[in-house]
Amino acid sequence: MIAENVAFGIIAAAMAFGAVGVVRTQNVVHAALFLVVVLAGSAAQYILLGAEFVAWVQVLVYIGAVIVLFLFGIMLTRAPMHPTEPMDNNLRFWALLPSGLLAIVLGGLLIDAFGRDKIHLDAPTPNVAITNSIFRVYLVPFEVVGVLLLAALIGAVVLARKD
Amino acid sequence: MLLNQFLLLGAFLFATGVYGVVTRRNSVLVLMSVELMLAAVNVNLVAFSASLHSVAGQTFALFVLTIAAAEVGVGLAMILLIYRNLHSSDLDDVDVLKG
Amino acid sequence: MFFLDHAWLVPLIPALSFAVILFFGKRMPKGGSEVGVAALGASWVLACGAFYQWVRHVDNAAGAKGAAGSVKAFASSLKLAATSSGEHAAPVAPIVHSVTWFQNAGIKLGVGIQIDGLAVMMMFVVTTISLLVHVYSTEYMRDDRRYTYFFAALSLFTASMLLLVVADNTLQLLVGWELVGLCSFMLIGHWWEEKPNSDAALKAFLTTRTGDIGLICGVIMTYFIVQRATGVGSFNIVALNQAALSGKVGHTILLMTAVALMAAIMGKSGQFPLHTWLPDAMAGPTPVSALIHAATMVVAGVYLGARVYPVLFEGFSIGHGGVNLMAAIGGTTVIIGAALAFVQDDIKKVLAYSTISQLGYMVMGLGVGAWIAAIFHLFTHAFFKADLFLGAGSVSHSGAHHSFDMKKDMGGLRKYMPQTFATFVIGSLALAGIFPLAGFWSKDEILVTAGKGGYTFFMVVGLAGAFMTAAYMTRCIYLTFYGEYRGGGADHGHDPLATEAEQDVAHDAHEAHAGPHESPTAITAPLWILSFFAVTAGLLNAEPFHIEKFKQWVEPRYAFPELVHPAFSWPAAALSVTIALVGIGISYQFYWLRRGLRDFSSRNAFARAGKTFLVNKYYLDHLYTDIVVGSIKGPIANASYWVNQHVIDAVLNGVGRGSLSVARFTYDVLDQRGVDGIVNGLALGTGDAGGAARAVETGRLQWYALMMFSGVALFSVFLWIAH
Repeated sequence: MIAENVAFGIIAAAMAFGAVGVVRTQNVVHAALFLVVVLAGSAAQYILLGAEFVAWVQVLVYIGAVIVLFLFGIMLTRAPMHPTEPMDNNLRFWALLPSGLLAIVLGGLLIDAFGRDKIHLDAPTPNVAITNSIFRVYLVPFEVVGVLLLAALIGAVVLARKD
Repeated sequence: MLLNQFLLLGAFLFATGVYGVVTRRNSVLVLMSVELMLAAVNVNLVAFSASLHSVAGQTFALFVLTIAAAEVGVGLAMILLIYRNLHSSDLDDVDVLKG
Repeated sequence: MFFLDHAWLVPLIPALSFAVILFFGKRMPKGGSEVGVAALGASWVLACGAFYQWVRHVDNAAGAKGAAGSVKAFASSLKLAATSSGEHAAPVAPIVHSVTWFQNAGIKLGVGIQIDGLAVMMMFVVTTISLLVHVYSTEYMRDDRRYTYFFAALSLFTASMLLLVVADNTLQLLVGWELVGLCSFMLIGHWWEEKPNSDAALKAFLTTRTGDIGLICGVIMTYFIVQRATGVGSFNIVALNQAALSGKVGHTILLMTAVALMAAIMGKSGQFPLHTWLPDAMAGPTPVSALIHAATMVVAGVYLGARVYPVLFEGFSIGHGGVNLMAAIGGTTVIIGAALAFVQDDIKKVLAYSTISQLGYMVMGLGVGAWIAAIFHLFTHAFFKADLFLGAGSVSHSGAHHSFDMKKDMGGLRKYMPQTFATFVIGSLALAGIFPLAGFWSKDEILVTAGKGGYTFFMVVGLAGAFMTAAYMTRCIYLTFYGEYRGGGADHGHDPLATEAEQDVAHDAHEAHAGPHESPTAITAPLWILSFFAVTAGLLNAEPFHIEKFKQWVEPRYAFPELVHPAFSWPAAALSVTIALVGIGISYQFYWLRRGLRDFSSRNAFARAGKTFLVNKYYLDHLYTDIVVGSIKGPIANASYWVNQHVIDAVLNGVGRGSLSVARFTYDVLDQRGVDGIVNGLALGTGDAGGAARAVETGRLQWYALMMFSGVALFSVFLWIAH
């Protein structure tokens, strides 16, 4: 148990550092790399929680594909690597209001609601359970998501086309 | 492990994402902040899945992953379009809503 | 029973044809039209086979009861039996086949066919008219810039309509319903380059969509009706009808479902007050108007009502007489549609309002318990109205340079277009309900049943409608075919109202022969076939001649309420024919002999006001766009502006100065630019408030994101405290 908690602490600290990095760094490429830290951290957390399949999908889809997309986006829009002007707008102070308030409210609510509830893990979730869930119980949402992906694909092509 | 340690981590990620969405000028960075918020949601889903011994949470985390991928695709296409029209990916330049 | 068991082929073939035309049509020698015609031909054969086998099926079932049928016919000829023959006949269960479409969370949803007399009849009507329209279009749409696309859309429409017709569950019916709506949109906007056409398409789509909300709610409720009666929810139509009649379901849910379905019927079948889209839909090509907006799609609402009739019957308590929503809507539509047909100059609009009026008859028929009569009217109306529309198209195509304006470009055409003239007159007489043409039998049956079923008022409404129908059709024929030819001349008579597309086609195809002439065979042949049906279709249910085949074949004898079937009555028939003849006579006096109140409307203020009222279509369009949309739009804009002005100002200790001038400016912007104005108002109001808080003065996206998240945060704080 202690080992798990130590692992959680280390990963969570890395994720928090990465998250702050994403929103504070002045270099766009660094921000993408900080995002990798956060996403890899969350994949590690999933493994801690026994969700191995989700963890690997996270690694493949996010770090493999989405981050690459982001890097393409950065290059195609010629985002400044060494900006002459700040990357943040003048809402920095005001933005603390909703984000801080949300953090406080969510934290308070969660402590209020779940207190010291423990997670009892028996064994990692087997893949067969997930496939059963997707292809039996949630088959229709799965199909709908497929259609949505197709629509997004076509939409992205139409939007980005040069004419 | 406590359930709350994951949930509080999620809450922190979400709040950070909100901060990023509001303050970042570069539109790609705004999209990354949105990804932070989605990651926070996924952490919560998987944590609840483990806590409740129900695989539904993980299924939905996978759905969120899919939606996030679609969102990034469309979002980046829109950013490219904006960039092509305004020659800038700076959201401060996107102020046509101003009266 | 091959044709009945495999009726799913009937919608499938046009669907395949759609795919083939879409992908390969352009490369075919005739641009894909040959595929469409062939597919429809195959579908038509299958539908006829199904029709034949269904007749055999019913007769076999009846045969078990001996010579019950002939005894019944004998009894009704003696006018002894004012009741149904169906009550005593053996029940004939519909043929239902279904496969699982998908399942989710333990609920299985099927897709399948439910073939009974009603479905067989509709399959026959849809395939017949669609086939004729396909043939007609090969000539009418020749040289159109989107010829292939047009045939693809026609095929898709036919497939969707047939999918709707054979549906064995309400969910599948909903799918077909939405698909035909989509095809209607595509085909009305076929010449979308002209703004009025795309506007009309949008209007049709959005107006029917208003009714579709009712259908979605109704379909969801049908699931729970079945669940209440049997314990297991289902969308199955047979189960639904049984549940509605079982008495185990509360009246409230039936009434709610009936009202929701009625909204759908109002939208799709052009019932008052959602009928305004149908006349505008005439912007589409004429074959489309004939197929979709006269014969098939617009009767989908009536078909829906007939399909789930037990729900409507129980929900509206139709068996008890008096007034119910369905009869009232139908009756209103009969009159207002017919009245509007008098003031139209566009021949297709006359027919469009006539269609609205006739659809009103059908809905009223269902509303007064005249199920078989309403469906019979659907059957006959499909033929003669398609005949009239195609006739109008023929006139415009070959006689009036693609204009539809009766007053400017037509007149005197009977000499040039004898075949079109003859078929048009036959269609008009059938529509007016002259004995013994098709319209007479069906309309008369609705009126008699209304009178006997305790709905005397609606019988009077129907008679008034019959009078008006006869009169406006006479006017239409006069303006089109009699008098002097007004089109043509040196300037080719191109009407400024005619769309660019029509003029394009006119230039392409008719530069060589400017004068009016008869249309080619591809156009006249469908006209004659439809005229044949317009004459004879009514004889399928000619009671005085002891023929009640239509009732025997079509009326469900399974899970169906017991309805009153009054015997044919000669005096009533004579009355309705006389009224129609009087209508024709008055119109004749007015137009041919130029007697009576000519130019009455320009001399009498009251009549002028009435005419203005009609010309403006009861101001319904103004009501919808100016008052309904405007009143929602304006206050919201003003309210958001008020919030900006007062709340945000107060919160930020803002300045009040200059707010009046900003207010006036903002008001103008809001007033003129509508929805844009709301956004503008927000930005302006925010900008104004920003006078006090210069640091956050913006019109930027992220400012809105900040406000949104702040709102969420504050709201969650509030909820937490409240908790």
